[in-house]
Amino acid sequence: MQEERLTSSTGAEKCRRKIRAVTVLLCSLFYCEQSRETLESLKRESETLKKKLEEERNKLNDVELHQVAEKVEVLSALSIKTRRVLKGHGNKVLCMDWCKDKRRMVSSSQDGKVIVWDAFTLNKEHGVPLPCTWVLACAYAPSGCAIACGGLDNKCSVIPLSLDKNENLAAKKKSVAMHTNYVSGCSFTNSDMQLLTSSGDGTCALWDVESGQLLQSFHGHTADVLSLDLAPSETGNTFVSGGCDMKANVWDMRSGQNIQSFESHESDINCVKYYPSGDAFASASDDATCRFYDLRADREVAVYQKDSIIFGASTCDFSLSGRLLFAGYNDYAINVWDVLKGTRATILFGHENRVSRVRVSPDGTALCSASWDSTLRVSWSFSTGSNYIFVLGKQ
Amino acid sequence: MTIRTARPNRAQHFQPRLYCLKKLESILLEMQDTKSGVKGTEQKLNITTIPHVIAGNDTIAWISNKMKTTTEEAQAFGTMLVAYGYIYPLQNHKKLVMCNDSSLYRFQTPYFWPTQKWVPDDSDYAIYLAKRNIRKKGVLEPYEQAHYNHLHEWLNHKWDFIVMQAAEQYKAGKERKKPDRVVFDCQERAYWMVNRPPRCAHSAMDCGPERLIDPNTDEKTTFDIYRRKNMFYQQAIMRSKVKSSVSLGALVKYITTYKNHDPFLASCLPSNPWQTDHDAYWTLNMRRVEVPTKMRVERWSFSLFELLSDLRGRDDFKIFLKKEFSGENLAFWEAAEELKWGTSSSMSTKAETIFKTFLAPGAPRWINIDGRTMGLTVKGLEHPHRYVLEAAQTHVFLLMKKDTFFRYLKSPTYKDIQKKALNPEPHNFSPANLEQNALNRSPGIHPIILWQQEEEEKAKAAAASAPVDVKAMMSKIDRKK
Repeated sequence: MQEERLTSSTGAEKCRRKIRAVTVLLCSLFYCEQSRETLESLKRESETLKKKLEEERNKLNDVELHQVAEKVEVLSALSIKTRRVLKGHGNKVLCMDWCKDKRRMVSSSQDGKVIVWDAFTLNKEHGVPLPCTWVLACAYAPSGCAIACGGLDNKCSVIPLSLDKNENLAAKKKSVAMHTNYVSGCSFTNSDMQLLTSSGDGTCALWDVESGQLLQSFHGHTADVLSLDLAPSETGNTFVSGGCDMKANVWDMRSGQNIQSFESHESDINCVKYYPSGDAFASASDDATCRFYDLRADREVAVYQKDSIIFGASTCDFSLSGRLLFAGYNDYAINVWDVLKGTRATILFGHENRVSRVRVSPDGTALCSASWDSTLRVSWSFSTGSNYIFVLGKQ
Repeated sequence: MTIRTARPNRAQHFQPRLYCLKKLESILLEMQDTKSGVKGTEQKLNITTIPHVIAGNDTIAWISNKMKTTTEEAQAFGTMLVAYGYIYPLQNHKKLVMCNDSSLYRFQTPYFWPTQKWVPDDSDYAIYLAKRNIRKKGVLEPYEQAHYNHLHEWLNHKWDFIVMQAAEQYKAGKERKKPDRVVFDCQERAYWMVNRPPRCAHSAMDCGPERLIDPNTDEKTTFDIYRRKNMFYQQAIMRSKVKSSVSLGALVKYITTYKNHDPFLASCLPSNPWQTDHDAYWTLNMRRVEVPTKMRVERWSFSLFELLSDLRGRDDFKIFLKKEFSGENLAFWEAAEELKWGTSSSMSTKAETIFKTFLAPGAPRWINIDGRTMGLTVKGLEHPHRYVLEAAQTHVFLLMKKDTFFRYLKSPTYKDIQKKALNPEPHNFSPANLEQNALNRSPGIHPIILWQQEEEEKAKAAAASAPVDVKAMMSKIDRKK
């Protein structure tokens, strides 16, 4: 067809070309309109859905936590004191975890050292030097036979422990998790065989320890994930993670799906921790608040804040009954909140730099706080039990 | 191992956000208010008089009044203001704390306030050190000298520029009036004390490893993100939610139930091991005690999950189930747990054993679950994966929770153990006893040894309860004949 037309007048050809050009231009404009419209409509749809979700949540919001808490008796005066200081790290202590035997713990620090202590006798049982600095995460295995640690090396490794103090444990270290950025948190599941990690690359992952295989990965955060916690429920199939995108997400370990999401913090979420019953969780954030979320009602039910608390909270943990929330802050103090009434029960001083981790022991008898001042402190309640006359300065 | 260079590419890594800075700045503005802020006086330092000097105790009193806190908290807050560099001490400039006495402080000029926008550069620090060197040689502290040498090596390519800048700044400084110069020197020194602290000093400006994703930029929302968000919202709307009164009531109930078991709220008997250095509490609550404590037995009655989580409780439950000849449910549940949390490589063998023992028609420990669940499970076992027994396990657990558990609580087995349970007397140690305890803290049994014992016991129990191979038994009897 084109060949036939070659000989015809160029005027008609020019005209056709112009029409073609205009058509192409109109088509592209129309397409732009379409795509802009789709983005706009998606945005509008997103906003309407968000409003609808809020409405649904509010429909079931028939009572506030402090109203329900009115019937609960007030806490008697708490007296919590620190009487054990574990010194041995040369640099900031970044993370710690208790062993299930309620007295041993593992702690990791900025200089790459991971130490296993018997906090009761203040004995250092093992000291494992790692080749990387900033070991941001460490965990004790449920059996008590191994520890996991990871950090700026983008890996999480499992180290089997031994009864022999002089054994070189670093040689038996086994890399399990591989991420593309730093590992911010790690936790064993109900057994030594699986490891759950969170990373600065925005994902969480579940690994098989024996083979190092990735079992499931969890995508959904749009910024670094800073913390995770496994649900203590009978099914044990969910975990919660918090990150720099100010969101706290609840995940199903089996499918990798994000089941619930809470976005009410105003800055990075540094730590998330489940309530002992598994039906709620708390989060600690750089916006100087700790918040309490009810999973069954799908909403935030309490905010723990005070005008005088301005520095970010970096860690939190519940006491055994769930009545107290211990939160460590960047202003070197630990605030103890009454979870139900929303008031502060007491404040603990003592650390000389920010508190990086607080953890209540498995039987609830003591609280351990790790800090950037390179010490770990163990505190417990002095207001319960008979009145003893203590020798001051005893460690 | 990731090799971290000394100068990371700042285009890729970002400082963690300092959300608190805005609030701190507003408080500082209030503190500096001439009418309602902290009282400032003039102080003589050598020959010069420095204006707007504040005392530690005045500042702490103001903070305590403004924020309605105790003096201890106000002092801690004051220390943070000094540690962040908003206020600097005049006398002991190296110790960045606020003392509750007449020690003197000054407000730092906003130019030197910590900010999110830019980090104190190494070249700026080099210029500062060079300037001090020009003024008087040998005035640098050892750690500063070490920094200087390091920077000289590292920034050698622009050292001429640095020295030139330092000389210019020194000249400009000389042209200022003496009091202004002294003040500026103090301010600059304080700024670098905060941002380049001496080795082994704890600095509040430490902020941890850098973040990968820039927390200060807004999220770029594309089609994909919107679509995913919308899907998530739709699922969230459809998900069943519980009324607040119900869920909050449950949370409160949990607290009330466990109130007496929380060592921070009620005393533990005989005593908190941390408090008295005596580990009787732990020895009485070990895994394999003959007689458990009353509190422990009470805790078993709170929920089936508590009963099964405490292995001693699980043993007691097993005794009850043996009497009722319905132990297969719990055995199946335990086997399913082992499958779920076991290694990937052992899964197929475990799945097969479970099928043969519990699910196959005519199996020795056949569990009674509804036809649909059984069908699904058996079908899934053709290609076993970690969660293949999930449906069956949940069904069995619910069965135990709603029926067997309550029968257990009313059973003579449980009532018997309740009666036998120990109620230890609270310890009453004298100070001398406590000192003795502190010297004789027992090391306890290592968890590795306990784990090995546990594994041995499990193996023994498995061998004892293994289904009897009738054919082998018959052939043995035949051979004997």
